[in-house]
Amino acid sequence: MIVKELQPESQEMRAAFCDRLIELAETHPELMVLDADLMGAMGTKPFLARYPDRTVDCGIQEANMVGVAVGLSLAGKIPFAHTFATFMSRRATDQIFISGAYSKANVKLIGSDPGITAKTNGGTHMPFEDMGIMRGIPQMTIIEPTDITMLKWVMGWMADHYGMQYMRLVRRECTKIYEDGTTFEIGKAMTVRDDADADVTIIASGLCVANAMKAADELAKSGIHTRILDMFTWKPLDDEAVVRAARETGAIVVAENHNITTGLGAAVSETVVRNAPVPMELIGIHDRFGQVGTLEYLAEQYGMTVEDIVHAARRAVDRKH
Amino acid sequence: MKVSFQLNIFINGEGYIVSEKLTEDHIKDMRRFSWQIRMEAIRCIAAFGLGHVGGSMSVADVLSVLYNGEMKFDPSDPQWEERDLLVLSKGHCAPALYATLALKGFFPMEWLKTMNKNGTHLPSHADRLLVPGIDMSAGSLGQGGSVAAGMALAFKLDKKPNNVYLILGDGESQEGQVWEMALFAPQHHLDNLIAFVDYNKLQLDGFCDDICAMGDMAAKFEDFGWFVQNLEDGNDVVAIHEAIETAKTQTTGKPSMIVLNTVKGLGWSEIQGKTNSHAPAVSPQQLEEALAELQRHYDAI
Repeated sequence: MIVKELQPESQEMRAAFCDRLIELAETHPELMVLDADLMGAMGTKPFLARYPDRTVDCGIQEANMVGVAVGLSLAGKIPFAHTFATFMSRRATDQIFISGAYSKANVKLIGSDPGITAKTNGGTHMPFEDMGIMRGIPQMTIIEPTDITMLKWVMGWMADHYGMQYMRLVRRECTKIYEDGTTFEIGKAMTVRDDADADVTIIASGLCVANAMKAADELAKSGIHTRILDMFTWKPLDDEAVVRAARETGAIVVAENHNITTGLGAAVSETVVRNAPVPMELIGIHDRFGQVGTLEYLAEQYGMTVEDIVHAARRAVDRKH
Repeated sequence: MKVSFQLNIFINGEGYIVSEKLTEDHIKDMRRFSWQIRMEAIRCIAAFGLGHVGGSMSVADVLSVLYNGEMKFDPSDPQWEERDLLVLSKGHCAPALYATLALKGFFPMEWLKTMNKNGTHLPSHADRLLVPGIDMSAGSLGQGGSVAAGMALAFKLDKKPNNVYLILGDGESQEGQVWEMALFAPQHHLDNLIAFVDYNKLQLDGFCDDICAMGDMAAKFEDFGWFVQNLEDGNDVVAIHEAIETAKTQTTGKPSMIVLNTVKGLGWSEIQGKTNSHAPAVSPQQLEEALAELQRHYDAI
């Protein structure tokens, strides 16, 4: 169920995140929250106030936090561990890999401030590679929720399903895409928009989904029909939807808030090239580091605006002929 | 029968006397078992041709004490909920733990001949998914302590009596994550965490002192807020036994660190205390020599 008109979410993602943690804690007595001195930034202090014994602020030690979370999970707890996506992915990779995935632990890893949403925290805090790093770890489930409706559903799924899972999460504003109560399936893309005569498929994730919808409106004005897939599960990837998009629409644009080298564009390309090669265009970060700036400025800097998606779609369609 | 000798153990500067409960038979059992561990571990390594002999020899005594009365476990039910957990963070010394577990009946002794061979249940580094009785996989050094702390924290929160035992290496303690954990465990009053450092003074490339000196490990952990016992002879089963008993009953609310000043490769003179002790090749002839030497230690008890 897609909203009729795009509008900003009524609360920040982090507030919804904390509300949902408290909700899930009531039904899941094993649920715990871990952080590495970013509870204030993540807005999870209400959870601490409600469940002090089930909250562990480890201090600034991401590697230890991941290990502790693994130990808690092996003794029956369901830990949700948060830090910025940069630190979760780059700093604690081996702990996630060996203590976590290799040992089949049950930790819900939350990395916040994905891609350009790190804004004025700048290059040191701007993860363009977190999902790619996680994608290289066997048997990890990797998710980027699009809005609060999806976030709440995904968190419920994580609490209920054993395994190593990584979710990258915008902390502040985002666009509401799904009506309240919409349900999802891990590993299945959401078809946000479709057209029997679609000329191109835009496969998008995170903040790029709303931009893809705006781009589709723009493309419609010049007679280009668009299918949009919200690929919120990066791993396992919905190969079936990708192949169907390639076969039925003949061209694909991938739009992601991540580098294209190891990100969603790379993942989709791997599936397309093996099953149904078609022209593809990739919107995302092209081999660059982060920098400070507003969301708008950064989107322009890295070629991620609505206009960039429109141009990419046109190029992809042109290449069909 | 009571033992009456005094040990050279110092706990936070005070002398310590052996508990009256420890019988001569129990001491002999622990001593014999430690040499059995060494013999089976070196057989296990020789069956493959090379492996981590040195650390397996230095850690054998603490394993013997843990598996002869100090730890709660059930070989017929490795996942028994009331068991104590052990994290062998220096996971490359798995041959000693594999030998211990096989001798205690967790899995058939024949498995020991298969280590590192294609399709084996016993990989070179301890693996919790493949080996009954292994509570945590380890091998990427520095990580086990954090996991052990997490386990101990869970037991504390659930008010469960299970203890968590952790064995660190000295070289391993060059990893920064060990010191993150060292800060974390006292903060959360994890007095159900009983850690050891197998301070055998050697690492792969040579003496720790020549590579990255660990200095006074006891003082370091004490400074980090641990209840520390420094055993001058970390291969003395009686001393280890007493230290664990003390760690279990201490009421400071601190996690326990027992520094074991050990000898790497103990029992096989070809490598004992030497820089070739880390992961030597063991030929069939060397195996015979080593076993003969270890047997003499065993028989002397």
